[in-house]
Amino acid sequence: MTLDIHKIRADFPVLDQQVNGSSLIYFDNAATTQKPKSVIDALSHYYASDNANIHRGLHALAERATNAYELTRTKIKEFINAPSSDQIILTAGTTGSINLVAQTFGRANFSKGDKILISNLEHHSNIVPWQMIAEEKGAIIEVIPVDERGVLDLEAFRNLLDASVKLVAVNHVSNAIGTINPIAEMIQLAHAHGAKVMIDGAQSIAHLDIDVQALDIDFFAFSAHKLFGPTGVGVLYGKRELLESMPPYQGGGEMIKEVSFEGTTYNELPYKFEAGTPNIADVIALSAAIDYVNALSKEALFTQELALLAYATEQLSTIPGLRIIGTAPDKIAVISFVIDGIHPQDLGVLLDKFGIAIRTGHHCVQPLMKRFGLPGTCRASFAFYNTFEEIDLFVKALRRSINMLQ
Amino acid sequence: MAQSIQETQEELIEEFGLFDDWADKYEYLIDLGKKLPNLPEAFKTEENVIKGCQSRVWLHAEKQGGQIVFEADSEAVIVKGMISMLIRVLSHHTAEEIMKADLYFIDQIGMSQHLAQTRSNGLLSMVKQMKNYALAFSAK
Repeated sequence: MTLDIHKIRADFPVLDQQVNGSSLIYFDNAATTQKPKSVIDALSHYYASDNANIHRGLHALAERATNAYELTRTKIKEFINAPSSDQIILTAGTTGSINLVAQTFGRANFSKGDKILISNLEHHSNIVPWQMIAEEKGAIIEVIPVDERGVLDLEAFRNLLDASVKLVAVNHVSNAIGTINPIAEMIQLAHAHGAKVMIDGAQSIAHLDIDVQALDIDFFAFSAHKLFGPTGVGVLYGKRELLESMPPYQGGGEMIKEVSFEGTTYNELPYKFEAGTPNIADVIALSAAIDYVNALSKEALFTQELALLAYATEQLSTIPGLRIIGTAPDKIAVISFVIDGIHPQDLGVLLDKFGIAIRTGHHCVQPLMKRFGLPGTCRASFAFYNTFEEIDLFVKALRRSINMLQ
Repeated sequence: MAQSIQETQEELIEEFGLFDDWADKYEYLIDLGKKLPNLPEAFKTEENVIKGCQSRVWLHAEKQGGQIVFEADSEAVIVKGMISMLIRVLSHHTAEEIMKADLYFIDQIGMSQHLAQTRSNGLLSMVKQMKNYALAFSAK
């Protein structure tokens, strides 16, 4: 299926605007993706016609809101091929999902001397929650190294695995440099040593096909806002036996079965982990985002993005002094780069003047930047609604900015 | 008699008034950044780093006679250009003058976006730190 980019762009109202006198070029999709009109409409439709609290009210609005909310859960289940909807926990984001696992699974399973393996590619949100629980439990964090290309060293990973490893927590795709990690192989290896695996899918969910059963993933986390959906919604998938054995996370309404001052019994999955009134509107609007991606096919979208990546890589390589950071053979459409003698922040400021949104800085991966000996990089990250013409304009603006700065 | 903080601000507004497009304005700013002398390595200490900037920024202050003298540096040249203007406006003034200075020139020359308090733009922290130094020196 070839994509009609012109038609697709018309689905994203935000793209049609002028920034600093130029047409907006949005190349910060790894930070957050833009939202199609159907998602924006779903949000306003909910507030205009269905707004009610869910799961308890008997009235018509409560029923409509509850049904729509639970329909999203079913769609998520299908989207990642989970065995059952009650294994889909709705959270506030990937960060929320990871913290949930750290504070429940980690609290129940980590003891002194146990190891948690993470990688040098991790976002701070897949480092700090583990450091917090490790410190509390006396567990040890070890790091899978990366090579010059930004590829994980699987040999080192094998050597780090032993019976003391309780959990391997790695991202599916690196946010800063785009590396796609070989998670199928890593999960097999980890399981062979009795370790559970948590996959941070924040950067893969919009681009790669996810089948949590085929991959035999123990925990999988992602955010709606990186999947063309609203902010403030995240997902945690977990294997049933793990979720059932984990203690509850936050206490409150919704997560209980019966409460008395003598004691409380907890609700079943997934509600055991969903205390309080959730982010109903945004969860409901996530349905529209999933429908949007399904209708176009993730594979077709990714094919388009890879074509953009190849073209941008080729064009950027013609700029003297430009060095691409992260040259893994398997990447999503993210290009991190630095230019000799120029600070990334200066490029970010000038490109903004040309109406171009990229990200500069350490991308919340300070340990990875340290690995490459850099204070930060410039990062352009593409989505299927970006065009080859935009890449041409970007490269032109980049050349002009470099001239101004040198 | 050195010129007042207000006079220097007026001077900068006049200089920037000569440019009619953003690129010329930024080229001038970059030029100011390049011309600002590098801070001696001895002053590039952890203590002198201003937190909250995407690029590292160092600010050193000392009292000479009754006046405060600032020196500063940054890894990013546009930030350095902004710093250069702040030094031109605030350095060699008394603590009291610095503390009560209203830096309206930044808005007037169309650079107020650099004052935005996001994680990537720490110019506001820079101004705050300069005023903090003034306060600290005046207390001594």
